[in-house]
Amino acid sequence: MRLELDPNPTPAKILGLYALFLGLALLLLGGVFLAYGVSPLRAYALLLSPLGDTLGLAEVARRTIPLLLIGAGLSLAFRVGFFNIGAEGQLLLGAVGAAYVALFLPPGPWTLPLMFLLGGALGALWVGLAAWLRVRFGASEILTTLMQNYLAYYLVVYLVAGPWKGQFVFGFLYTDRFPQEAQLPRLGDTLVHWPTLLLGVGAALLLQVLLFRTPLGFAWRILGENPAAARYLGLKGGRLLLVAALVSGFLAGLAGVGEVAGIHLRLLEPAQISLGYGFTAILAAWLARGRPLLVLLTAPLLGVILAGGDALKLSLSMPFRVVDVVAGLFLLALIGAEALSRHRLIWRR
Amino acid sequence: MLKLENITKRFGPVVANRRVSLEVGRGEVLALLGENGAGKTTLVSILYGLYAPDEGRILLEGREVRVPSPKAAQRLGIALVPQHPELIEAHTVAENLALGLDLPPFFSRRALEGRLRELLKDHPLGVALEAPVARLSAGEKQRVELLRALLSRPKVLILDEPTSVLTPKEAQELFQEIRRLQALGLAVIFISHKLDEVLAIADRIAVLRGGEKVGELSRKEADKETLVRMMVGRSVAPLPKVPPPREEVVLEVEDLVVPRHGFPVQGVSFALRAGEVLGVAGVAGSGQSELVEALAGLRPYRGSVRFLGQPLPKDPARLYALGVAHIPEERAMGVVGGMSVAENLALRTFRAYAPKGLLDYRAMEREARALIEGYRIKTPSPRTPVRFLSGGNVQKVILARELKGGPRLLLAMHPTYGVDVGAAEEVHGRILELVRQGAAVLLVSEDLDEILALSHRVAALYHGRLVGPIPREAASREALGRMMAEGRA
Repeated sequence: MRLELDPNPTPAKILGLYALFLGLALLLLGGVFLAYGVSPLRAYALLLSPLGDTLGLAEVARRTIPLLLIGAGLSLAFRVGFFNIGAEGQLLLGAVGAAYVALFLPPGPWTLPLMFLLGGALGALWVGLAAWLRVRFGASEILTTLMQNYLAYYLVVYLVAGPWKGQFVFGFLYTDRFPQEAQLPRLGDTLVHWPTLLLGVGAALLLQVLLFRTPLGFAWRILGENPAAARYLGLKGGRLLLVAALVSGFLAGLAGVGEVAGIHLRLLEPAQISLGYGFTAILAAWLARGRPLLVLLTAPLLGVILAGGDALKLSLSMPFRVVDVVAGLFLLALIGAEALSRHRLIWRR
Repeated sequence: MLKLENITKRFGPVVANRRVSLEVGRGEVLALLGENGAGKTTLVSILYGLYAPDEGRILLEGREVRVPSPKAAQRLGIALVPQHPELIEAHTVAENLALGLDLPPFFSRRALEGRLRELLKDHPLGVALEAPVARLSAGEKQRVELLRALLSRPKVLILDEPTSVLTPKEAQELFQEIRRLQALGLAVIFISHKLDEVLAIADRIAVLRGGEKVGELSRKEADKETLVRMMVGRSVAPLPKVPPPREEVVLEVEDLVVPRHGFPVQGVSFALRAGEVLGVAGVAGSGQSELVEALAGLRPYRGSVRFLGQPLPKDPARLYALGVAHIPEERAMGVVGGMSVAENLALRTFRAYAPKGLLDYRAMEREARALIEGYRIKTPSPRTPVRFLSGGNVQKVILARELKGGPRLLLAMHPTYGVDVGAAEEVHGRILELVRQGAAVLLVSEDLDEILALSHRVAALYHGRLVGPIPREAASREALGRMMAEGRA
């Protein structure tokens, strides 16, 4: 048995392999549930339960919002060859920016737009540092952005425990509640802060057009797929990379603004602001294969998994991190299917 | 000794080999001749255990064998010298050879060298065992690959395009070595697309075309014309005469110095007139890439370079706009595989398709269609990703894009490397047409015939220094070989 390259797989083969591997993931997942003493069928049903009612769908939507914003930006950054692993930190910086505007500037109709602007700018600035180090000194952005996550994390901890700690919060580590002007409108009783959702959809559409219909996107695609060709053509690689990185950081910052202004209404401990959206969004971007438009599909998909994991946790009192197991198995399955669809298996010796 | 029967190999809808049968006996040299894409490499890969054949049998000394992996091939006594040496540069010759041996987990350097000398006692070494591979010439590296192949005491030795990295003199030495091995009783399979070599070394010649064996001749029956006709399926027209150059000087290079790792390119001076082709030969790594990259704005340099009387800018995008086209050394540098043929044809000029901010793909594809037709690029559609095209067609895409603006200077590096005879002929035709229109061409190539056929003057790079240029009439293959190998005209 051996593998040979198959440069041109048929759609049927690709679909079949994806189905096969997803089935395999479900099977393995069943094993995990069994080991935990839960009927796999019941668990599968719970996993999909958010799709069954409006409340569940709202939960999915609320988790989709940050995944969509960050995923769209990351799909661009990855395509251009900037491996931003620090969206989580950029999201937190966005939350900090939002909190600053909400807590320390006089409230007014300009408050929300200003929060998004400053939040996005701080997110961009945060990744901009890593991008500059990469362009100027060749420092691996995978390491720098990853490490910056911790810096951002402890910056937020410091702020909520120190200078920004609320006056009316007793021993809790968070700021005072944002004023009315700094709160995003939501859909009915749900936690769906729709302005941010619109921003996310808009970002995915805009980036898709930018990437595939403009000269800037053309240059980005050249640089991302073949840096040697970009050099040969005399494209300004450093500048192109920097812009793509800044866009991804800006969008992650917006996601952070949405979380604090739309859901928590205050700046609180980083682990509560984001449930690892910055990391889950990497999957959304990876699955979208460098097409921002496809993030409109992959972000809700991961949103279902996150919301379903929440349901598992609540109904079966499984630990919340079971979500990671679910997401991880599905991702492995998708990667496996992808890799195998580009090869053919020869059984004969 | 070794016999292939009706080997067929398909890759999806593409048939790489169709019912190919070959036989090579003890002490015989069989040449496998064919253009790129004729199926030579696939056949070798099957023989060496990299691919499994879909149909057909392999017989070794009369027994049917299976070759599931390169390791199995070596055990069976089939050894391969790859086209490009696959050695670990930072290690010594002995250490590289050790990779092919079964060794205890710890061993001393002296024990290893002793063992190697004993195993290779029938063969002249030709290189120092303790020398680091990085310091060897291309020919010496190939020698190491050959020694490594001989370590497994093979019965069948496969040489894949062995002369593509060698100077003519080194090639002669390789041929002597092949004769010696032949006398020891090895069966040798010699793969090439160069007719002269094949005629010089082979006992029998099998010609592949389009994956099929189109004929087999003994050395006595074979002559150049027959072989070309078999390879290409038609006879190839000789190149048209190049008109003499004009007076106007296009490029003036004085005392050019290009720093680089190892020895720099230095003291290079020449002038290039309109309608003139200057051919530059050289052993791989003598500074050709550095020279071309410097002029193309990809590498810093010192010295005076003037283009049409003005200092030459150092930015590739500005150079193209001024009329300096560049066919890069590596095809992979000149195209973006995942982007379409139309997009690759617009790689230099894509901004012009977006006067209002959005790219006009309809205009881009319309112009692409004209170029595809004009250059006879074989592609299903302008939207096909370039990575699905064959090497020759990719090269035509690059050529079409670089020439479409009517350049005044063309920097062409290996413009027909790895391209089949038909495509090479078209590339040469295009370059000559450009020259007739008054462009200057700096042609850097490893193919001496190409240089001699196209150039008005020829030069060679030797350890970073330019030898020559001398007029084409004063140059012969032998003279060029001396310029490349010894640095004197």
